[in-house]
Amino acid sequence: MPYVITERCVGQKDKSCVEVCPVDCIHDAGEQMMIDPIECVDCGACVPVCPVDAIFTEVDVPAGDEGSIIAARTFFDTESL
Amino acid sequence: MNGLPRRVAVVGAGPAGLYTAQALLNSDAALVVDVFDRLPTPYGLLRYGVAPDHFKIKSIARALARPLKSPFARFYGNVTVGMDIDADDLSRYYDAVVYATGAQRGRRLDIPGEDLPGSAAASDFVSWYNGHPYAANPLHLESTRAVAIIGAGNVALDVARMLLSTVDRLAGTDMPNHVLHALARSRVMEVFLIARRGPAEARFTTPELREIGELPGVETVVSASDLDDVIVPPDDRNAAGNFEVLRSWAARPAAPRAHRRLHVRFHRRPTRVTGRGSVEALHCADPRGVHTETLPVQAVLRSVGYRSTPIAGLPFDHRTGTIPHDAGRVTDPSGNVLPGLYVVGWIKRGPTGVIGTNKADAADTAKAVLADLPGLPRATHGEAGDLADLLEQREVAYVTREGWERLDRLEEELGARAGRPRVKVADLSMMLAACRGGRTPA
Repeated sequence: MPYVITERCVGQKDKSCVEVCPVDCIHDAGEQMMIDPIECVDCGACVPVCPVDAIFTEVDVPAGDEGSIIAARTFFDTESL
Repeated sequence: MNGLPRRVAVVGAGPAGLYTAQALLNSDAALVVDVFDRLPTPYGLLRYGVAPDHFKIKSIARALARPLKSPFARFYGNVTVGMDIDADDLSRYYDAVVYATGAQRGRRLDIPGEDLPGSAAASDFVSWYNGHPYAANPLHLESTRAVAIIGAGNVALDVARMLLSTVDRLAGTDMPNHVLHALARSRVMEVFLIARRGPAEARFTTPELREIGELPGVETVVSASDLDDVIVPPDDRNAAGNFEVLRSWAARPAAPRAHRRLHVRFHRRPTRVTGRGSVEALHCADPRGVHTETLPVQAVLRSVGYRSTPIAGLPFDHRTGTIPHDAGRVTDPSGNVLPGLYVVGWIKRGPTGVIGTNKADAADTAKAVLADLPGLPRATHGEAGDLADLLEQREVAYVTREGWERLDRLEEELGARAGRPRVKVADLSMMLAACRGGRTPA
């Protein structure tokens, strides 16, 4: 199950996650970083390096932040068209 | 200064070595990179450590293959540094040498009975089920009903999952056929996971813990009393997640029809392994040594970390099990930098972190190499003499990128015939024959 960056990243974009992503699937999506859910290999390397604790597996996304799942799916679907 | 490219060797084609090669090749510097591995295959623990049923993690191979495809990189497989060539040879042929040799050996518990047949490092079992050409199965699965795994990390979970999975579930993996057949004949019904500390200190990551609780036909058993009085640090999301999973297991009704069981025990300190001729029991005490428990098991696998082995000719810190360094530059015991020598990965920082951790680590070491290269003397044997000549003189049957790609394609073909993603070849002579482009083994 892929990981998702929630809105806690907005205004942060520390990008430590990019350094440790083994498949380079984390991209700058403007206001925040986003994980390509198709390319993500579910390894979780990004989770402990995030300074604002913004990254969760899809099932563990806190209540109220589910929009981030849709946002990532939409962003990368759009990109690939 | 002449304009010939600088020559860099990377020893070890695992994630740390290949991410370093990629970072070097990504730079504007004029350089060539030769990557060495003692095996005929690249990818190190990605190929021989990551569990075969973790398909997505295994797919990181696509990213790791990138530097090997570069026209400025070469692969020298089946070359053991310290045997076929040594550190001095490498320093004669390369301006800079990056050691990424990892940590192969499982740590010991130092308890009596640890070396009885049936007691082994979990990493030996992991190597075997992943088809490592130098690994043999340390367990006699046909006569083993119960196994104790000591350790509370993801490797312990991987091993437990392999022992608890039905063969149907594993048939979709790239396991060699002989491994699949041995697991099909396994009589293992009970697996005990022995954690020396409590649930809040366990190093499992939550998705992996959850995964084992979802294995079909497996009952997960954890005693509610082990979960009493647990204080999960409020800022430790992973520990909180693990605790949730364990609580849900404790609350599950018993599953009398389960065909296999996983028992998780916390606060158990293994004290000795006993048996006549082979393992018959693991004895545990609580941390104060008050309560003892004897587990009737026929196998004990210790998963309590890895250790690096020293490299002849290089400094080694036996206390940390790593090569001392300063920002990736190897240092002598007085802390002076030894020019042209670098480390990356587990031999640098110890056996911690996930695959991606090595990418950031590799970026740091590559930065040091790139900063130093203009000032480093050129290797004496750098330009005229190719290391390939030396290897041929010494009759080392080294494997090139093309050779590995032949083996890679053969494994994919064997997989396609069996309806599997790949079937690994685990026999060294067969691997080498495939690399040479010999006849396809049946």
